[in-house]
Amino acid sequence: MIPKLFQWLIGLSVFMSIWVALVFDYVAVEFSKSNRQIVVLFPFYLLVVFAGYSLIVIGYRVATFNDCQEASEELKKQIQEAKQELTSRGFKFE
Amino acid sequence: MAGEKYSVLLPTYNERENLPIIVWLLVKYFTESGYDYEIIVIDDGSPDGTLAVAKQLENIYGKDRIVLRPREKKLGLGTAYIHGIKHAKGNFVIIMDADLSHHPKFIPEFIKKQKEGNYDVVSGTRYTGNGGVYGWDFKRKLISRTANYITQILLQPGASDLTGSFRLYRKEVLDKLVNACVSKGYVFQMEMVVRARQFGYSIGEVPISFVDRVYGESKLGGSEIFMFLKGLLYLFATT
Repeated sequence: MIPKLFQWLIGLSVFMSIWVALVFDYVAVEFSKSNRQIVVLFPFYLLVVFAGYSLIVIGYRVATFNDCQEASEELKKQIQEAKQELTSRGFKFE
Repeated sequence: MAGEKYSVLLPTYNERENLPIIVWLLVKYFTESGYDYEIIVIDDGSPDGTLAVAKQLENIYGKDRIVLRPREKKLGLGTAYIHGIKHAKGNFVIIMDADLSHHPKFIPEFIKKQKEGNYDVVSGTRYTGNGGVYGWDFKRKLISRTANYITQILLQPGASDLTGSFRLYRKEVLDKLVNACVSKGYVFQMEMVVRARQFGYSIGEVPISFVDRVYGESKLGGSEIFMFLKGLLYLFATT
């Protein structure tokens, strides 16, 4: 398996070659003026969409990150239990 | 369950207060669930007397349950695991922090999960299902989620929690992974899971609650973030 870095570079160069070929007319595709505009700005649009998607996903995950209040309380209780039982079995806390 | 044994590796450094509690909890949950186990304490010459505490616990619970394998000085996590594996009698190894942020109550769930899918690795995750954290403010959550998101995109590791270190491994799998990993600190934990994916090992996940340090302090500063980015790039380019 090739490293992720090179997988990304391969993907990126394939994408960029197609884009460059279209923008600089290396392939004969007829675009209307407004369509050409879209093609030229396509990488930029992709970036904006990806950035927006990322912000939404991260924001949602931060907002829904569980606060484990009960886990902390359970642990505090168990620490007391542990200390009592260990002491009764001869353990010396300093 | 015939013949199956679970070795818990507990690398410690200045955990005098936490060690008796974590051991008590481990004994409690292993006894209740009935799995065969041993707890291997690898103390790196803690100046606070962690080893003396471990010896008291050995006297209480017996030498077949509490196994002391101290080292002279602090030598790093990777070598602590190698050291521990050498002495582990179990066919499965559980690694966790001794600072009470990882609760032993999840271990029976790890074991159940492992059996369910015959997994090579079972990883605790704070990021899915009922998993979560206690004691983190907004900034810490934001950094954690962002770092995790970037890692998921770039590495596609097949596990949702890379920096957590509460996991169960087949012993031979852990042995192979530890020897293949070169990173330090918590990047080491990332590398372990990413290389597990690289080697084609199967990974199961169990949601866990992570309770940030009760005793002592936890850290997340600029240097941790820098280390994370460096580790991420290293793994991005090599796995």
